[in-house]
Amino acid sequence: MTIPARTRPEILGKKLGMTQIFNADGDAIPVTVIELGENIVTDIKTPVKNGYAAIQLGTNIKKEKHLNKPKMGNLKKKNLPMFGYLKEYRVKPEELDAHKIGEQIDLSKILTPKELVDVTGMSIGKGFQGMVKLYNKQRGPKSHGSKSYRQPGSIGAHTYPGRVLPGKKMPSRMGNEKVTARNLKVIEFNKEKNVVLVKGAVPGVEGGMLTIRPSIKKWNV
Amino acid sequence: MLKSNTAFNRFRDSQMHLKIKEIISNNLKKDIPNVRVGDTVKVTVRIKEGAKERSQNYEGVIIKIKGSSINKTFTVRRIFQGIGVERVFFLHSPKIEKITVLRSGKSRRAKLYYLRERVGKSTKLKEIISSSQGVGSFPKEVIPEEGKLVEIT
Repeated sequence: MTIPARTRPEILGKKLGMTQIFNADGDAIPVTVIELGENIVTDIKTPVKNGYAAIQLGTNIKKEKHLNKPKMGNLKKKNLPMFGYLKEYRVKPEELDAHKIGEQIDLSKILTPKELVDVTGMSIGKGFQGMVKLYNKQRGPKSHGSKSYRQPGSIGAHTYPGRVLPGKKMPSRMGNEKVTARNLKVIEFNKEKNVVLVKGAVPGVEGGMLTIRPSIKKWNV
Repeated sequence: MLKSNTAFNRFRDSQMHLKIKEIISNNLKKDIPNVRVGDTVKVTVRIKEGAKERSQNYEGVIIKIKGSSINKTFTVRRIFQGIGVERVFFLHSPKIEKITVLRSGKSRRAKLYYLRERVGKSTKLKEIISSSQGVGSFPKEVIPEEGKLVEIT
């Protein structure tokens, strides 16, 4: 089955934390526990009305006072719970008919054990960092009169070009950006407790929102 | 099941999400003997060789217990053909068939790393005299004022 990467189905969840479990052979496997969201269709974007085909999912139900008025009004109009987190993903236009507002996405299709998934989240913010931590640059010597312990070094030539080239790597803020962990194996999908265990680490803090998609590699086979 | 003994482990446990606790509770064994640092134990380990499965005994002194809950491990040290061997086991691992406490040694510290520098007789730990409660309980002590044998638990 070939589905373009842009139209992969998505599932929203929340990172609970990491632990380990034992598999059938008795080996300890490091897993991340992801709590799955409500995953209810909140909006359908059509090519006629919006210029593209997409499905919007909602999760993370909040109190009414914690939502802003445009968001609240939109959800109230459709008679939906107060979702604090909305995210949409593209689908093929012909697939739109299969969905309707208020329905819950079937999770078991994607989250079958041994399947591979990609998990996207916002990485933990590290603050303003230097070149050594940020870009794995080599540090300067510690002794022999050297003072360039963790300096960035030269940032360009002299008269020609007479300027610093655009895109030069400099010390800057690190982390707090969108990161995808690819090809994580689904170890267990617990429908009762509404959690999924994937092997290995996923980006972000505990309690951070995550997007789970079938991995590209597997999906394009 | 053993309780987490250090303040750090207690902190980790309290921070753990309830749903994670529920999930790993199926992976935790309930019939684990009360092993302590200094105990001489026999660990029966399941070994897979192709399709066959057999069990093997490993005997030695516990020199370290680390971690909490499902991450809890213990290190067993023994001298094998003149060379010190240390094996780390997960306490809750399904690969462990049985843990038998053979002797309870008296130790005044939590990690017995000093045994690595010792050879021969000096590696032996003083044994805790087993009472009616079985191996592993504390020794009986005499309290002078009353002159009676009192069990300290």
